[in-house]
Amino acid sequence: MNKFDAEKDEVVIEVKDLVRKFGDRVVLNGINIKIRKGEIFVIMGGSGCGKSTLLRHIIGNLKPTSGQIFLMGKDIASAEEAALNEIRKKIGMSFQSSALFDSMTVGENVSLPLREHTKLNKNVIEIMVKMKLELVGLRGFEDLLPSEISGGMKKRVGLARAIAMDPQIVFYDEPTAGLDPIMSSVIDKLIVDLSNKLSMTSVVVTHDMKSVMAIADRIAMLYEGRVLEIGTPDEIKNSKNPLVKQFINGSFDGPISFFQEKEDYLDQLTG
Amino acid sequence: MSSIFFATGKMYLGFIREFTSILALLYDTVAWIVVGPFRGKVASRQSIFQQMVFAGVQSVIIVAFISLFTGIVIAMQSAYQLKQLGAVVYVAPMVSISITRELGPVFTALVVAGRVGSAIAAELGTMKVSEQIEALETLAIDPVRFLVVPRFLGLLVMVPCLTLMANFMGIVGGLIVGVTTLDIGFHRYVLFSFDFLVWKDIWSGLVKSALFAIAIAMISCHVGLSTKGGAEGVGKSTTLSVVISFIMIIVLDCIMTGVFFFSQV
Repeated sequence: MNKFDAEKDEVVIEVKDLVRKFGDRVVLNGINIKIRKGEIFVIMGGSGCGKSTLLRHIIGNLKPTSGQIFLMGKDIASAEEAALNEIRKKIGMSFQSSALFDSMTVGENVSLPLREHTKLNKNVIEIMVKMKLELVGLRGFEDLLPSEISGGMKKRVGLARAIAMDPQIVFYDEPTAGLDPIMSSVIDKLIVDLSNKLSMTSVVVTHDMKSVMAIADRIAMLYEGRVLEIGTPDEIKNSKNPLVKQFINGSFDGPISFFQEKEDYLDQLTG
Repeated sequence: MSSIFFATGKMYLGFIREFTSILALLYDTVAWIVVGPFRGKVASRQSIFQQMVFAGVQSVIIVAFISLFTGIVIAMQSAYQLKQLGAVVYVAPMVSISITRELGPVFTALVVAGRVGSAIAAELGTMKVSEQIEALETLAIDPVRFLVVPRFLGLLVMVPCLTLMANFMGIVGGLIVGVTTLDIGFHRYVLFSFDFLVWKDIWSGLVKSALFAIAIAMISCHVGLSTKGGAEGVGKSTTLSVVISFIMIIVLDCIMTGVFFFSQV
Protein backbone atom coordinates (compact mmCIF):
# COMPACT_ATOMS: atom_id res chain seq x y z
CA MET A 1 0.00 0.00 0.00
CA ASN A 2 1.25 3.42 -0.84
CA LYS A 3 0.50 5.75 2.03
CA PHE A 4 1.06 8.74 -0.22
CA ASP A 5 -1.27 10.06 -2.80
CA ALA A 6 0.67 11.35 -5.77
CA GLU A 7 -1.97 13.92 -6.61
CA LYS A 8 -2.27 15.43 -3.16
CA ASP A 9 1.25 15.35 -1.78
CA GLU A 10 3.69 18.10 -2.39
CA VAL A 11 6.74 17.20 -4.45
CA VAL A 12 9.87 18.55 -2.72
CA ILE A 13 12.49 17.11 -5.04
CA GLU A 14 12.09 16.66 -8.74
CA VAL A 15 14.83 15.36 -11.02
CA LYS A 16 14.13 15.77 -14.74
CA ASP A 17 16.13 14.01 -17.47
CA LEU A 18 19.35 14.30 -15.51
CA VAL A 19 22.42 13.36 -17.55
CA ARG A 20 25.93 13.51 -16.24
CA LYS A 21 29.09 12.59 -18.11
CA PHE A 22 32.62 12.37 -16.75
CA GLY A 23 34.67 12.66 -19.92
CA ASP A 24 33.22 10.05 -22.28
CA ARG A 25 31.76 7.95 -19.49
CA VAL A 26 28.02 8.45 -18.96
CA VAL A 27 27.42 8.05 -15.22
CA LEU A 28 23.82 9.25 -15.06
CA ASN A 29 21.73 8.62 -18.13
CA GLY A 30 18.37 10.37 -18.02
CA ILE A 31 17.19 10.12 -14.42
CA ASN A 32 13.60 11.08 -13.58
CA ILE A 33 12.56 11.04 -9.94
CA LYS A 34 9.90 12.78 -7.86
CA ILE A 35 10.24 12.71 -4.09
CA ARG A 36 7.28 13.75 -1.96
CA LYS A 37 7.19 15.64 1.28
CA GLY A 38 7.63 13.55 4.42
CA GLU A 39 8.50 10.23 2.82
CA ILE A 40 11.61 8.13 3.23
CA PHE A 41 12.88 7.63 -0.27
CA VAL A 42 15.62 5.08 -0.80
CA ILE A 43 17.91 5.11 -3.81
CA MET A 44 19.54 1.72 -4.13
CA GLY A 45 21.81 -0.01 -6.57
CA GLY A 46 25.14 -1.74 -6.87
CA SER A 47 28.48 -0.08 -6.37
CA GLY A 48 29.31 2.35 -9.15
CA CYS A 49 25.75 2.62 -10.49
CA GLY A 50 25.80 6.37 -9.90
CA LYS A 51 23.69 6.64 -6.76
CA SER A 52 26.16 8.76 -4.80
CA THR A 53 26.69 10.92 -7.89
CA LEU A 54 22.93 11.39 -8.13
CA LEU A 55 22.83 12.48 -4.49
CA ARG A 56 25.62 14.99 -5.04
CA HIS A 57 23.66 16.48 -7.93
CA ILE A 58 20.51 16.79 -5.84
CA ILE A 59 22.35 18.73 -3.10
CA GLY A 60 24.01 20.95 -5.71
CA ASN A 61 27.64 19.88 -5.16
CA LEU A 62 27.89 18.66 -8.76
CA LYS A 63 26.41 20.29 -11.84
CA PRO A 64 24.60 18.14 -14.41
CA THR A 65 25.69 17.88 -18.04
CA SER A 66 22.03 18.35 -18.95
CA GLY A 67 18.65 18.16 -17.24
CA GLN A 68 17.04 19.92 -14.31
CA ILE A 69 16.85 19.40 -10.57
CA PHE A 70 14.19 21.15 -8.50
CA LEU A 71 14.80 21.27 -4.79
CA MET A 72 11.83 22.77 -2.95
CA GLY A 73 10.71 24.38 -6.18
CA LYS A 74 14.04 25.98 -7.11
CA ASP A 75 16.13 24.82 -10.03
CA ILE A 76 19.47 24.23 -8.36
CA ALA A 77 21.28 23.09 -11.49
CA SER A 78 21.35 26.70 -12.68
CA ALA A 79 21.25 28.44 -9.30
CA GLU A 80 23.87 31.01 -8.28
CA GLU A 81 26.12 30.20 -5.33
CA ALA A 82 24.25 32.59 -3.00
CA ALA A 83 20.84 31.18 -3.91
CA LEU A 84 22.21 27.67 -3.60
CA ASN A 85 23.47 28.41 -0.09
CA GLU A 86 20.02 29.66 0.95
CA ILE A 87 18.55 26.32 -0.14
CA ARG A 88 21.38 24.40 1.52
CA LYS A 89 20.48 25.91 4.88
CA LYS A 90 17.17 24.04 4.63
CA ILE A 91 18.73 20.64 3.94
CA GLY A 92 20.99 18.36 5.92
CA MET A 93 23.45 15.77 4.71
CA SER A 94 24.92 12.79 6.50
CA PHE A 95 28.11 11.63 4.79
CA GLN A 96 29.35 8.10 4.23
CA SER A 97 32.60 8.87 6.03
CA SER A 98 30.76 11.08 8.58
CA ALA A 99 33.00 13.99 7.42
CA LEU A 100 33.25 15.43 10.91
CA PHE A 101 35.72 18.33 11.22
CA ASP A 102 38.51 16.66 13.11
CA SER A 103 39.95 19.83 14.58
CA MET A 104 36.66 20.49 16.38
CA THR A 105 34.99 18.69 19.28
CA VAL A 106 31.70 16.83 18.86
CA GLY A 107 29.82 19.80 20.33
CA GLU A 108 31.56 22.30 18.04
CA ASN A 109 30.82 20.12 15.02
CA VAL A 110 27.10 20.08 15.78
CA SER A 111 26.97 23.77 16.69
CA LEU A 112 28.93 24.99 13.63
CA PRO A 113 25.94 25.59 11.32
CA LEU A 114 24.09 27.33 14.17
CA ARG A 115 27.06 29.55 14.95
CA GLU A 116 27.54 30.38 11.27
CA HIS A 117 23.98 30.98 10.16
CA THR A 118 22.08 32.22 13.20
CA LYS A 119 22.57 35.04 15.67
CA LEU A 120 21.49 32.88 18.58
CA ASN A 121 22.92 33.37 22.02
CA LYS A 122 25.77 31.05 23.03
CA ASN A 123 23.68 29.48 25.81
CA VAL A 124 20.79 28.81 23.46
CA ILE A 125 23.11 27.13 20.98
CA GLU A 126 24.55 25.01 23.77
CA ILE A 127 21.07 23.82 24.73
CA MET A 128 20.19 23.10 21.10
CA VAL A 129 23.38 21.05 20.66
CA LYS A 130 22.47 19.03 23.75
CA MET A 131 18.99 18.41 22.33
CA LYS A 132 20.32 17.26 18.96
CA LEU A 133 22.85 14.96 20.59
CA GLU A 134 20.08 13.61 22.83
CA LEU A 135 18.09 12.75 19.70
CA VAL A 136 20.94 10.58 18.44
CA GLY A 137 21.67 9.20 21.91
CA LEU A 138 25.00 10.91 22.45
CA ARG A 139 24.32 13.55 25.10
CA GLY A 140 27.38 14.08 27.27
CA PHE A 141 29.91 13.49 24.49
CA GLU A 142 30.19 17.20 23.56
CA ASP A 143 33.81 17.63 24.58
CA LEU A 144 35.30 14.62 22.84
CA LEU A 145 37.17 14.89 19.55
CA PRO A 146 36.04 12.84 16.52
CA SER A 147 39.24 10.80 16.80
CA GLU A 148 38.19 9.70 20.28
CA ILE A 149 34.84 8.10 19.36
CA SER A 150 33.85 5.00 17.39
CA GLY A 151 32.67 4.83 13.79
CA GLY A 152 29.03 4.34 14.73
CA MET A 153 29.17 7.29 17.10
CA LYS A 154 30.75 9.43 14.37
CA LYS A 155 27.86 8.54 12.04
CA ARG A 156 25.41 9.64 14.70
CA VAL A 157 27.28 12.89 15.37
CA GLY A 158 27.25 13.53 11.61
CA LEU A 159 23.52 12.97 11.73
CA ALA A 160 23.12 15.38 14.66
CA ARG A 161 25.07 17.99 12.67
CA ALA A 162 22.87 17.36 9.62
CA ILE A 163 19.70 18.08 11.62
CA ALA A 164 21.16 20.97 13.64
CA MET A 165 19.37 23.59 11.54
CA ASP A 166 16.06 21.65 11.59
CA PRO A 167 16.18 20.96 7.87
CA GLN A 168 13.17 20.04 5.76
CA ILE A 169 15.07 17.37 3.86
CA VAL A 170 17.85 15.13 5.13
CA PHE A 171 20.11 13.17 2.79
CA TYR A 172 21.93 10.08 3.93
CA ASP A 173 24.86 8.66 1.97
CA GLU A 174 25.32 4.99 2.94
CA PRO A 175 24.24 5.53 6.55
CA THR A 176 24.89 1.93 7.60
CA ALA A 177 28.01 1.14 5.57
CA GLY A 178 30.79 -0.30 7.69
CA LEU A 179 28.70 -0.64 10.84
CA ASP A 180 27.87 -3.80 12.80
CA PRO A 181 24.30 -5.18 12.47
CA ILE A 182 23.13 -3.76 15.78
CA MET A 183 24.49 -0.30 15.07
CA SER A 184 22.90 -0.51 11.60
CA SER A 185 19.51 -1.16 13.19
CA VAL A 186 20.08 1.74 15.59
CA ILE A 187 20.78 4.07 12.67
CA ASP A 188 17.78 2.72 10.73
CA LYS A 189 15.51 3.35 13.69
CA LEU A 190 16.99 6.81 14.07
CA ILE A 191 16.21 7.68 10.46
CA VAL A 192 12.60 6.52 10.84
CA ASP A 193 12.23 8.31 14.19
CA LEU A 194 13.63 11.59 12.90
CA SER A 195 11.44 11.43 9.88
CA ASN A 196 8.34 10.80 12.02
CA LYS A 197 9.12 13.09 14.97
CA LEU A 198 10.39 16.05 12.99
CA SER A 199 8.36 15.26 9.84
CA MET A 200 11.41 15.54 7.63
CA THR A 201 11.74 14.20 4.13
CA SER A 202 14.53 11.65 4.01
CA VAL A 203 16.52 10.56 0.99
CA VAL A 204 18.70 7.54 1.68
CA VAL A 205 21.34 6.15 -0.64
CA THR A 206 22.32 2.61 0.26
CA HIS A 207 22.88 -0.93 -0.96
CA ASP A 208 22.10 -2.51 2.40
CA MET A 209 18.93 -4.52 1.56
CA LYS A 210 18.00 -5.18 5.17
CA SER A 211 17.86 -1.50 6.04
CA VAL A 212 16.16 -0.64 2.73
CA MET A 213 13.23 -2.90 3.52
CA ALA A 214 13.10 -1.67 7.14
CA ILE A 215 12.88 2.04 6.47
CA ALA A 216 11.73 2.77 2.93
CA ASP A 217 8.39 4.27 1.96
CA ARG A 218 9.43 4.13 -1.67
CA ILE A 219 12.46 2.73 -3.43
CA ALA A 220 14.20 3.66 -6.66
CA MET A 221 16.46 1.00 -8.11
CA LEU A 222 19.38 2.40 -10.11
CA TYR A 223 21.36 0.41 -12.65
CA GLU A 224 24.04 1.75 -15.00
CA GLY A 225 22.91 5.33 -14.61
CA ARG A 226 19.21 4.62 -15.20
CA VAL A 227 16.22 4.20 -12.93
CA LEU A 228 15.05 0.61 -13.37
CA GLU A 229 12.02 0.77 -11.17
CA ILE A 230 10.36 2.94 -8.55
CA GLY A 231 7.90 1.54 -6.04
CA THR A 232 7.04 0.60 -2.48
CA PRO A 233 9.13 -2.12 -0.78
CA ASP A 234 6.38 -4.67 -1.58
CA GLU A 235 6.25 -3.69 -5.22
CA ILE A 236 10.02 -3.94 -5.49
CA LYS A 237 10.05 -7.31 -3.71
CA ASN A 238 7.52 -8.70 -6.17
CA SER A 239 9.17 -7.11 -9.18
CA LYS A 240 9.25 -9.12 -12.39
CA ASN A 241 12.41 -7.37 -13.56
CA PRO A 242 15.26 -9.93 -13.44
CA LEU A 243 17.83 -7.22 -12.64
CA VAL A 244 15.85 -6.06 -9.61
CA LYS A 245 15.22 -9.65 -8.51
CA GLN A 246 18.88 -10.50 -8.65
CA PHE A 247 19.86 -7.44 -6.65
CA ILE A 248 17.28 -8.08 -3.93
CA ASN A 249 18.22 -11.71 -3.52
CA GLY A 250 21.89 -10.91 -3.83
CA SER A 251 22.37 -13.89 -6.11
CA PHE A 252 25.48 -14.51 -8.14
CA ASP A 253 23.64 -15.74 -11.24
CA GLY A 254 21.60 -13.32 -13.28
CA PRO A 255 21.72 -10.57 -15.86
CA ILE A 256 23.97 -8.31 -13.74
CA SER A 257 27.41 -9.66 -14.52
CA PHE A 258 30.44 -9.29 -12.39
CA PHE A 259 32.59 -10.19 -15.37
CA GLN A 260 33.36 -8.19 -18.47
CA GLU A 261 32.27 -9.61 -21.83
CA LYS A 262 33.97 -12.93 -22.49
CA GLU A 263 35.21 -11.99 -25.96
CA ASP A 264 36.79 -8.81 -24.57
CA TYR A 265 38.55 -10.85 -21.95
CA LEU A 266 39.89 -13.31 -24.53
CA ASP A 267 41.03 -10.39 -26.68
CA GLN A 268 42.76 -8.78 -23.75
CA LEU A 269 44.53 -11.99 -22.80
CA THR A 270 45.73 -12.82 -26.29
CA GLY A 271 46.54 -9.21 -27.08
CA MET B 1 61.00 14.65 -31.38
CA SER B 2 57.48 16.01 -31.67
CA SER B 3 56.60 14.36 -28.37
CA ILE B 4 59.01 16.73 -26.63
CA PHE B 5 57.08 19.68 -28.03
CA PHE B 6 53.78 18.11 -27.02
CA ALA B 7 55.05 17.51 -23.51
CA THR B 8 56.38 21.06 -23.24
CA GLY B 9 53.12 22.47 -24.53
CA LYS B 10 51.12 20.37 -22.10
CA MET B 11 53.30 21.49 -19.22
CA TYR B 12 52.92 25.11 -20.26
CA LEU B 13 49.12 24.83 -20.48
CA GLY B 14 49.01 23.07 -17.11
CA PHE B 15 51.10 25.84 -15.60
CA ILE B 16 48.80 28.53 -17.03
CA ARG B 17 45.72 26.69 -15.73
CA GLU B 18 47.13 26.32 -12.20
CA PHE B 19 48.34 29.91 -12.17
CA THR B 20 44.93 31.30 -13.18
CA SER B 21 43.15 29.21 -10.56
CA ILE B 22 45.55 30.49 -7.89
CA LEU B 23 44.78 34.06 -9.00
CA ALA B 24 41.05 33.24 -8.89
CA LEU B 25 41.47 31.97 -5.34
CA LEU B 26 43.33 35.17 -4.42
CA TYR B 27 40.49 37.22 -5.90
CA ASP B 28 37.91 35.25 -3.89
CA THR B 29 39.91 35.61 -0.71
CA VAL B 30 40.40 39.35 -1.07
CA ALA B 31 36.72 39.75 -2.01
CA TRP B 32 35.68 38.00 1.21
CA ILE B 33 38.02 40.19 3.26
CA VAL B 34 36.84 43.43 1.63
CA VAL B 35 33.13 42.72 1.08
CA GLY B 36 32.55 40.16 3.85
CA PRO B 37 32.32 42.59 6.79
CA PHE B 38 29.54 44.57 5.05
CA ARG B 39 27.48 41.41 4.60
CA GLY B 40 28.02 40.40 8.20
CA LYS B 41 30.06 37.41 7.10
CA VAL B 42 33.58 37.53 8.41
CA ALA B 43 36.04 34.82 9.22
CA SER B 44 35.86 34.21 12.94
CA ARG B 45 38.36 36.20 14.99
CA GLN B 46 39.23 33.08 16.91
CA SER B 47 40.37 31.16 13.84
CA ILE B 48 42.39 34.13 12.53
CA PHE B 49 44.06 34.35 15.94
CA GLN B 50 44.76 30.61 15.92
CA GLN B 51 46.40 30.87 12.51
CA MET B 52 48.48 33.86 13.60
CA VAL B 53 49.75 31.94 16.59
CA PHE B 54 50.54 28.90 14.47
CA ALA B 55 52.15 30.78 11.57
CA GLY B 56 53.83 33.49 13.61
CA VAL B 57 54.42 32.86 17.27
CA GLN B 58 55.39 29.23 16.83
CA SER B 59 57.86 30.12 14.05
CA VAL B 60 59.73 32.69 16.17
CA ILE B 61 62.42 30.41 17.55
CA ILE B 62 63.37 28.72 14.29
CA VAL B 63 63.38 32.01 12.34
CA ALA B 64 65.46 33.73 15.05
CA PHE B 65 67.93 30.86 15.11
CA ILE B 66 68.36 30.76 11.34
CA SER B 67 68.79 34.52 10.92
CA LEU B 68 71.23 34.80 13.82
CA PHE B 69 73.49 32.26 12.14
CA THR B 70 72.98 33.83 8.72
CA GLY B 71 74.23 37.12 10.19
CA ILE B 72 77.27 35.37 11.66
CA VAL B 73 78.10 33.68 8.35
CA ILE B 74 77.75 36.89 6.32
CA ALA B 75 79.98 38.73 8.79
CA MET B 76 82.67 36.05 8.62
CA GLN B 77 82.58 35.81 4.83
CA SER B 78 82.73 39.55 4.25
CA ALA B 79 85.41 40.06 6.90
CA TYR B 80 87.61 37.58 5.03
CA GLN B 81 87.34 39.70 1.89
CA LEU B 82 87.31 43.16 3.46
CA LYS B 83 90.39 42.47 5.55
CA GLN B 84 92.49 42.45 2.37
CA LEU B 85 91.34 46.02 1.71
CA GLY B 86 91.79 47.04 5.32
CA ALA B 87 88.11 47.90 5.55
CA VAL B 88 86.96 45.45 8.18
CA VAL B 89 84.62 48.01 9.72
CA TYR B 90 82.46 47.82 6.60
CA VAL B 91 81.40 44.37 7.71
CA ALA B 92 78.69 46.16 9.70
CA PRO B 93 76.82 47.80 6.78
CA MET B 94 77.50 44.73 4.64
CA VAL B 95 75.59 42.60 7.10
CA SER B 96 72.80 45.05 7.88
CA ILE B 97 72.06 45.84 4.23
CA SER B 98 72.21 42.28 2.90
CA ILE B 99 70.07 41.02 5.77
CA THR B 100 67.34 43.67 5.55
CA ARG B 101 67.14 43.69 1.78
CA GLU B 102 67.44 40.04 0.93
CA LEU B 103 68.30 37.38 3.45
CA GLY B 104 65.86 38.35 6.20
CA PRO B 105 62.74 38.33 4.00
CA VAL B 106 63.79 35.36 1.84
CA PHE B 107 64.95 33.02 4.62
CA THR B 108 61.91 33.84 6.74
CA ALA B 109 59.62 33.09 3.81
CA LEU B 110 61.42 29.82 3.08
CA VAL B 111 61.11 28.72 6.70
CA VAL B 112 57.42 29.66 6.80
CA ALA B 113 56.76 27.90 3.48
CA GLY B 114 58.37 24.74 4.82
CA ARG B 115 56.76 24.86 8.23
CA VAL B 116 53.37 26.53 7.74
CA GLY B 117 52.67 26.12 4.01
CA SER B 118 53.19 22.38 4.16
CA ALA B 119 50.94 22.12 7.22
CA ILE B 120 48.19 24.10 5.46
CA ALA B 121 48.40 21.91 2.34
CA ALA B 122 48.32 18.73 4.43
CA GLU B 123 45.41 19.90 6.58
CA LEU B 124 43.24 21.16 3.72
CA GLY B 125 44.22 18.12 1.63
CA THR B 126 43.09 15.75 4.35
CA MET B 127 39.85 17.70 4.72
CA LYS B 128 39.32 17.44 0.96
CA VAL B 129 39.84 13.69 0.68
CA SER B 130 37.74 12.92 3.79
CA GLU B 131 34.69 14.81 2.44
CA GLN B 132 35.04 17.59 5.04
CA ILE B 133 35.26 20.33 2.40
CA GLU B 134 32.11 18.96 0.77
CA ALA B 135 30.46 18.87 4.20
CA LEU B 136 31.27 22.56 4.65
CA GLU B 137 29.69 23.38 1.30
CA THR B 138 26.60 21.37 2.19
CA LEU B 139 26.32 23.34 5.43
CA ALA B 140 26.30 26.48 3.23
CA ILE B 141 29.68 27.54 4.62
CA ASP B 142 32.08 28.85 2.00
CA PRO B 143 35.42 27.00 2.35
CA VAL B 144 37.30 30.08 1.10
CA ARG B 145 35.85 32.28 3.82
CA PHE B 146 36.02 29.63 6.52
CA LEU B 147 39.42 28.09 5.79
CA VAL B 148 41.44 30.21 3.36
CA VAL B 149 40.78 33.71 4.72
CA PRO B 150 42.08 33.04 8.27
CA ARG B 151 45.22 31.35 6.91
CA PHE B 152 45.79 34.16 4.41
CA LEU B 153 45.42 36.88 7.06
CA GLY B 154 47.51 34.97 9.57
CA LEU B 155 50.40 34.69 7.14
CA LEU B 156 50.01 38.21 5.73
CA VAL B 157 50.31 39.75 9.21
CA MET B 158 52.87 37.43 10.71
CA VAL B 159 55.44 36.95 7.92
CA PRO B 160 56.43 40.66 7.83
CA CYS B 161 56.57 40.63 11.66
CA LEU B 162 58.84 37.59 11.57
CA THR B 163 60.93 39.33 8.91
CA LEU B 164 61.45 42.35 11.17
CA MET B 165 62.62 40.06 13.91
CA ALA B 166 64.84 38.16 11.47
CA ASN B 167 66.44 41.48 10.42
CA PHE B 168 67.18 42.28 14.05
CA MET B 169 68.59 38.84 14.80
CA GLY B 170 70.75 38.86 11.66
CA ILE B 171 72.29 42.19 12.65
CA VAL B 172 72.87 40.83 16.14
CA GLY B 173 74.67 37.86 14.58
CA GLY B 174 76.97 40.18 12.66
CA LEU B 175 77.49 42.23 15.80
CA ILE B 176 78.65 39.18 17.72
CA VAL B 177 81.33 38.45 15.13
CA GLY B 178 82.31 42.12 14.79
CA VAL B 179 82.68 42.76 18.50
CA THR B 180 84.23 39.45 19.58
CA THR B 181 86.69 38.64 16.81
CA LEU B 182 87.08 41.69 14.55
CA ASP B 183 87.64 44.20 17.37
CA ILE B 184 85.30 46.76 15.86
CA GLY B 185 83.74 47.74 19.16
CA PHE B 186 80.07 47.68 20.06
CA HIS B 187 79.36 51.39 19.63
CA ARG B 188 81.24 51.71 16.35
CA TYR B 189 79.63 48.57 14.92
CA VAL B 190 76.11 49.81 15.66
CA LEU B 191 76.91 53.26 14.29
CA PHE B 192 78.28 51.83 11.05
CA SER B 193 75.39 49.38 10.72
CA PHE B 194 72.76 52.08 10.74
CA ASP B 195 74.71 54.88 9.05
CA PHE B 196 74.56 53.11 5.72
CA LEU B 197 71.10 51.66 6.18
CA VAL B 198 68.28 53.65 4.59
CA TRP B 199 64.54 53.25 5.15
CA LYS B 200 64.14 51.80 1.69
CA ASP B 201 66.28 48.80 2.63
CA ILE B 202 63.83 47.92 5.38
CA TRP B 203 60.50 48.68 3.74
CA SER B 204 61.40 47.05 0.43
CA GLY B 205 62.24 43.91 2.42
CA LEU B 206 58.91 44.09 4.24
CA VAL B 207 56.96 44.58 1.01
CA LYS B 208 58.72 41.52 -0.37
CA SER B 209 57.89 39.50 2.71
CA ALA B 210 54.21 40.46 2.45
CA LEU B 211 54.20 39.27 -1.18
CA PHE B 212 55.91 36.04 -0.14
CA ALA B 213 53.23 35.56 2.51
CA ILE B 214 50.47 35.96 -0.09
CA ALA B 215 52.24 33.51 -2.41
CA ILE B 216 52.70 30.90 0.35
CA ALA B 217 49.09 31.21 1.53
CA MET B 218 47.56 31.01 -1.94
CA ILE B 219 49.79 28.21 -3.22
CA SER B 220 49.38 25.97 -0.19
CA CYS B 221 45.62 26.59 0.08
CA HIS B 222 45.09 25.97 -3.64
CA VAL B 223 47.22 22.82 -3.66
CA GLY B 224 45.49 21.57 -0.50
CA LEU B 225 41.99 22.22 -1.80
CA SER B 226 42.67 20.50 -5.13
CA THR B 227 44.02 17.33 -3.51
CA LYS B 228 42.85 14.07 -5.02
CA GLY B 229 43.32 10.42 -4.18
CA GLY B 230 43.54 9.62 -0.49
CA ALA B 231 46.62 9.52 1.71
CA GLU B 232 49.00 9.41 -1.25
CA GLY B 233 47.38 12.56 -2.67
CA VAL B 234 47.81 14.38 0.64
CA GLY B 235 51.50 13.48 0.65
CA LYS B 236 51.92 14.70 -2.91
CA SER B 237 50.10 17.95 -2.15
CA THR B 238 52.29 18.63 0.86
CA THR B 239 55.48 18.19 -1.15
CA LEU B 240 54.10 20.12 -4.10
CA SER B 241 53.08 23.10 -1.97
CA VAL B 242 56.59 23.43 -0.55
CA VAL B 243 58.33 23.01 -3.91
CA ILE B 244 56.10 25.53 -5.71
CA SER B 245 56.26 27.99 -2.80
CA PHE B 246 60.07 27.85 -2.80
CA ILE B 247 60.24 28.46 -6.53
CA MET B 248 57.70 31.29 -6.35
CA ILE B 249 59.55 32.95 -3.45
CA ILE B 250 62.79 33.03 -5.41
CA VAL B 251 61.09 34.19 -8.62
CA LEU B 252 59.16 36.92 -6.81
CA ASP B 253 62.33 37.97 -5.02
CA CYS B 254 64.09 38.33 -8.34
CA ILE B 255 61.24 40.38 -9.81
CA MET B 256 60.89 42.65 -6.78
CA THR B 257 64.63 43.24 -6.52
CA GLY B 258 64.52 44.28 -10.17
CA VAL B 259 61.65 46.67 -9.47
CA PHE B 260 63.10 48.19 -6.28
CA PHE B 261 66.80 48.43 -7.03
CA PHE B 262 67.76 47.47 -10.55
CA SER B 263 65.30 49.73 -12.39
CA GLN B 264 67.21 52.79 -11.16
CA VAL B 265 70.65 51.60 -12.18
